[in-house]
Amino acid sequence: MTTTIAPPEPPTASGSPHGAAASPVPPTTPSTAAPNVVALLAKVVRILARIIVSILLVLVFAGPFYWMVLTAFQTASEALSIPPQFWVDAVRWDNFIAAFDRVNFGHFALNSVIVTGGTLLGQFLIIVPAAYAFARFQFKGRDVLFGVVLATMMIPGQLIFLPVFAMYAKMGLLNTHLSLILPFIASGFGIFLLRQTFMRVPDSLIEAARLDHASEFTIIRRIMLPLAKPTIVTIGLITFIGTWNNYFFPLVWTTTDAARTLPVAVPRLEALDEIAPTIVMAGNMLLVVPILIVFLLARRHIISAFTYTGVK
Amino acid sequence: MKNALLRDRRLLPYALIAPALVILAVFYLYPIGYNAVLSVFSWDLRGPMKFVGFGNFAELFTDPDFGKVIQNTLVYMGMEVSLVMIFGLILALFLNRQGWLSEFLQGVSFAPNVIALVSVSLIFVWLMDDDIGLFNQILSAVGLEPVGWLSDPQVALFSLVLVSVWKSVGLNALIILSALQSIPRYLFEAADLDNASAWTRFRRITIPMISPTLFFLVLVNVIGSFQAFDTINVMTQGGPQSSTNTLIFSVYREGFEYYRVGYAAAIAVVLMVLVGLITVLYFRAFQKRVHYR
Repeated sequence: MTTTIAPPEPPTASGSPHGAAASPVPPTTPSTAAPNVVALLAKVVRILARIIVSILLVLVFAGPFYWMVLTAFQTASEALSIPPQFWVDAVRWDNFIAAFDRVNFGHFALNSVIVTGGTLLGQFLIIVPAAYAFARFQFKGRDVLFGVVLATMMIPGQLIFLPVFAMYAKMGLLNTHLSLILPFIASGFGIFLLRQTFMRVPDSLIEAARLDHASEFTIIRRIMLPLAKPTIVTIGLITFIGTWNNYFFPLVWTTTDAARTLPVAVPRLEALDEIAPTIVMAGNMLLVVPILIVFLLARRHIISAFTYTGVK
Repeated sequence: MKNALLRDRRLLPYALIAPALVILAVFYLYPIGYNAVLSVFSWDLRGPMKFVGFGNFAELFTDPDFGKVIQNTLVYMGMEVSLVMIFGLILALFLNRQGWLSEFLQGVSFAPNVIALVSVSLIFVWLMDDDIGLFNQILSAVGLEPVGWLSDPQVALFSLVLVSVWKSVGLNALIILSALQSIPRYLFEAADLDNASAWTRFRRITIPMISPTLFFLVLVNVIGSFQAFDTINVMTQGGPQSSTNTLIFSVYREGFEYYRVGYAAAIAVVLMVLVGLITVLYFRAFQKRVHYR
């Protein structure tokens, strides 16, 4: 493993008390009789090690995806051959047709689109006014209520599925799209993130708008939203990925297929008897490909959205 | 009515936050209380609820299998969190440089994070197949014994950990990476003036400077590990021989497969207490050790 640490900066030694001792030699290079040859060798070894580790990383992280795509296009006998076959002779769509024959993916994909779209839209409508109020108004109980919002972020969602299921059963909300959308539109995380952004908007902009007798709605639409666009895109991307991929809640809050989404439907292929991995992987691609395309298109934005959430 | 509310400047903020607060209260705060209520009843979701006091908890703690479930949950947590942190740190250090290669590798290692855990699980079920899975084919090609990745009770829990680590290590590495890149350059320049070795710089500058991020990530990963469900349900269903049955999976199984809602709610209460306890203890134990310098 070459765990290189941040490359050393060439020291600016002039005038420092340690000036004489500080020479720009990397710490790993031993000072032998022929420093040039040794330094060169060390450099070559380091570059080689970097290349090898890089290839390993690609194999480890991209390999399983390649294997899924490969299997999805193989015939059963190709996929089950020993030793394994790492290529396909011809692109066939048979496995995809077979997957569609067994599970009505169109229905589940539509549900996925409705639930994901509904969550995104609902979240926007709920979060924006709440974040605006928390950011720009003084009112009694504000800090306590904001504390409540933050506290809900700490509650693992999976601890509340049982009581919510019982609640839905009593209210007749089971097996509706609404039941899979409602709990997620008031995201505490989204309110927190958007509030931070709204708080950075200069007061002068809002004062000027108020002098022009702009309504709060106009202020939100004309000043706040344009300035908060990057934050809204960030929240939207995280919500989109999280909702599209969600398996647990569509599984536990439904008793029929009426509102179930793709992540619940795809593993069903695997549970069928006598089914080749080729068909399972073809079905799996329906779930993976849309999100992978979004990732490839908005890679930088998605990565910075997710890492920002970690840096708080 | 609504217009009057929106015009009154004192009531306006309450009107703006009301929808969000109502939803958070109905779906997060109320269910926690309701779950505690359910835990002292016996209920099959359809018939009447019967009060049993602490009967569910008594049954839980006398059930020999429940000790095993707690053990599985804690072992999973320990393995998952330590592997993600160790490999996340190593990966972050490796990626910590400029250039297209590093950027490309960041994207590649992050990709699993955006894919549904269900999809990842299905891919690994296929890779970890006993007879024809790629993993065992590679092992036998290099002359090693095949491993019962998902069929051997000694191994299955670890296999689930591997899948989870594979999915989330890239995200953790990139969060650590952004912490690494925010360390002020002058600290390293000062260390160079003192001829500090790479190891000394790592131990005395890098680690202390990123310790708040590491601390935060450990907590996030601990809480996340308690919620591991998708891999278990798709890959092992808690088996073989209950070796991958965890708290969250037992809540699901008792509640939705055996319709013992009160009993499941009691397990959820135990899980909630455990998560709360670990969070508090963790803050107590480590808050003072996290230091900037």
